[in-house]
Amino acid sequence: MYFDSLQAALSMEGHGSFVWVAYLITLLIISAILLLPALRRRRLLRRIATELARQESGYATGKGAR
Amino acid sequence: MLLRRQLSLAIRRPIEIGNPLVFFAIVVAMFPLGIGPASEQLAMIAPGAIWIIALLSSLLTSDSVFRSDFDDGSLEQLLLAPQPLYLSVLAYLCAHWIVTGLLLALVSPVFALMLNLPAAAVGTLVVSLALGTAVLSLVGGIGAALTVGLKRGGMLISLLILPLYIPVLIFGTAAVQAAVSGSPAGPFLALLGAMLSLAIALGPLATAAGLRISIDA
Amino acid sequence: MFSRIGAAQKGLYNHAVMWSFFHKLGSPPWLYDIAGSILRWLLPVTIMALLVGAVWGLLFTSPDFRQGNSYRIIYIHVPSAVVALAGYYVMAIAGAVSLIWRMKMADVAMKAAAPIGAALTFIALFTGALWGKPTWGTWWEWDARITSMLILLFLYLGVVALYEAFDNKEAAGRACAILSLVGMVNIPIIYKSVDWWYSLHQPASIKFSGESAIDSSMLYPLLLMIGAFYALFTCCLLMNMRAELVQRESRTAWVRKLVKQDGAH
Repeated sequence: MYFDSLQAALSMEGHGSFVWVAYLITLLIISAILLLPALRRRRLLRRIATELARQESGYATGKGAR
Repeated sequence: MLLRRQLSLAIRRPIEIGNPLVFFAIVVAMFPLGIGPASEQLAMIAPGAIWIIALLSSLLTSDSVFRSDFDDGSLEQLLLAPQPLYLSVLAYLCAHWIVTGLLLALVSPVFALMLNLPAAAVGTLVVSLALGTAVLSLVGGIGAALTVGLKRGGMLISLLILPLYIPVLIFGTAAVQAAVSGSPAGPFLALLGAMLSLAIALGPLATAAGLRISIDA
Repeated sequence: MFSRIGAAQKGLYNHAVMWSFFHKLGSPPWLYDIAGSILRWLLPVTIMALLVGAVWGLLFTSPDFRQGNSYRIIYIHVPSAVVALAGYYVMAIAGAVSLIWRMKMADVAMKAAAPIGAALTFIALFTGALWGKPTWGTWWEWDARITSMLILLFLYLGVVALYEAFDNKEAAGRACAILSLVGMVNIPIIYKSVDWWYSLHQPASIKFSGESAIDSSMLYPLLLMIGAFYALFTCCLLMNMRAELVQRESRTAWVRKLVKQDGAH
C-alpha cells in the first residue's frame, strides 16, 4: 500500500475529497445501471405472474357462470 | 418539377418566408442589448453570433419541411410515386434551403454591418452561409423526417439535430474569423463544400428512410 | 425476420447450419437463456475486476509526480470515456443490423445500449470535472476531448428521447437505428472539427500533456479497469436486453413458462 495510514489515504495530500467523490459517484451510477434492469425484469415477471393467476381463476369462475 | 412546386407554394405564403428573416433580425438586435453596445465587443462576437442565429433559424424552419404534406397525405403518395425518393427529398430540402438559407445568406451583409463586422469579411460571410446552410437544410431534413409523425416534434428535433450541426458551425465561423484577421478563408470554404457534398450524397438517403418509417408508423 | 417466411420454408432453413445459427440468434428464449448463463459468471468477474482495479488504483500505486494524487481519477475517467465511445458504435451497428436484416434482437440490443452509454458518458464528464479542479484549477475547460464527450452525451440523449417519443415501438426502433447511424457517420467529423477548433483557440495557460509518459506501474491497473468497464458494459447490455425481452414477449408461451418456473421455487 502506498499510504501510511487511513488518514493519509482519505486526505491524499488535499486531493482526497475530489478523488473519493469521483469514485463514490461512479459507484452510485454503476450500481444504478446494474440494479435497474434487474429490478425491471423482476417486476415484469411478477406482474405477468399475477396476470396469469388472475386469468386462470377467471377461467374457473367463468366456466361456472356460462 | 417538385422543386418548382415547393417554391411556388412557398411564394404563395410570403409571411412564412419572411418569418426566418424577421427572427434573424430580432435576435441580432438582442445581442447588443444583452452584451452592451461597445462596437469592438460586437465585432468580436459577430461571426459566431450570426452563425448561431442562422443555425437556429434553419433549425426552427426545418421542423415544418414535411409537416403539411405529411398531414394532407401527399407525402404518402410521393412514397408510392415512380421517381426515386432520393430525388424528391432532395427537391424538398433544396426548396427549404432556397427560402431560408440562401435568403439569409443574401441579407446577412445588413446584419453583419449592424454587428460591426469588418467589411472585408462580409463576402466570406455570405459564401460561408450559403454553403453551410445547405448542409444544415440537408441534416435538418433527417430530423424532420424522423419526427414528422410525432405530435410534439419541435423540441425533440433540436435535441436530435443540433449536435450534428457542430462541424458546420465550427468551420463556418472559422472562415469568417479568418477573413476578419486577413488570412485566407479558402480552406474553410473548401471544407464546408466537402461537407456539403457528403451531405448531398448521404443526407437524402437517411431522410428518405426516416420518411418511410414515419409514414408506416 | 422469420415471421414472414412460411412454415414449410422455415423447416428448410432449419436444416442449414448457418441459418440455424441466425435463427437461434433471432429467437428470444434462446437469447434470454444464453444471456442468463453468460451473466452468471461474467457479472461476478466484472464486479471483482472493478473492485480490484479501484483498490489498486486508489491505494497501491504511487502518485503522479506532476499531478499528485488527483491523477487516481484516471482509473475511472479514461475507462468510462473509452467504453462510452465504443458503446455508441455498438449501438449504431446493432441498429444497422436491425434495419438491414429486420432482426428484432438487434433492435433490442440497440435500445439496451443507449442508456448505458449515456450513463458512462456522464461518469466520464463528471469525473473529468473533479479531476480538473485540483489539477488545473478549473471545473470545466472547453478542451477538445471534454467538448467531444459532451457532444457524445447529447447524441446518446437524442436517441433515448427519440425512442421515448414514439408510441409505436417498432417504428421507434427503426427511427433510432437511423439516427444512431447518422450519428456514427458524424462522430469522426465532429471529433476532428472539435479537435481542430481547440487547437486554434487553445489557451496558453493550460497544457494538457504528459499522458504519453505513463509509468507501467500505473498502466496495469488502468488496463484492468478498461477491461472491467468493457465487461460492465456487456453485463448491463445483457441485463437490459433480458428485461426488454420479457416486456416485449410477455404474451408468449415461453415467458409464461418462465414465470411458472420462477414461481415454483
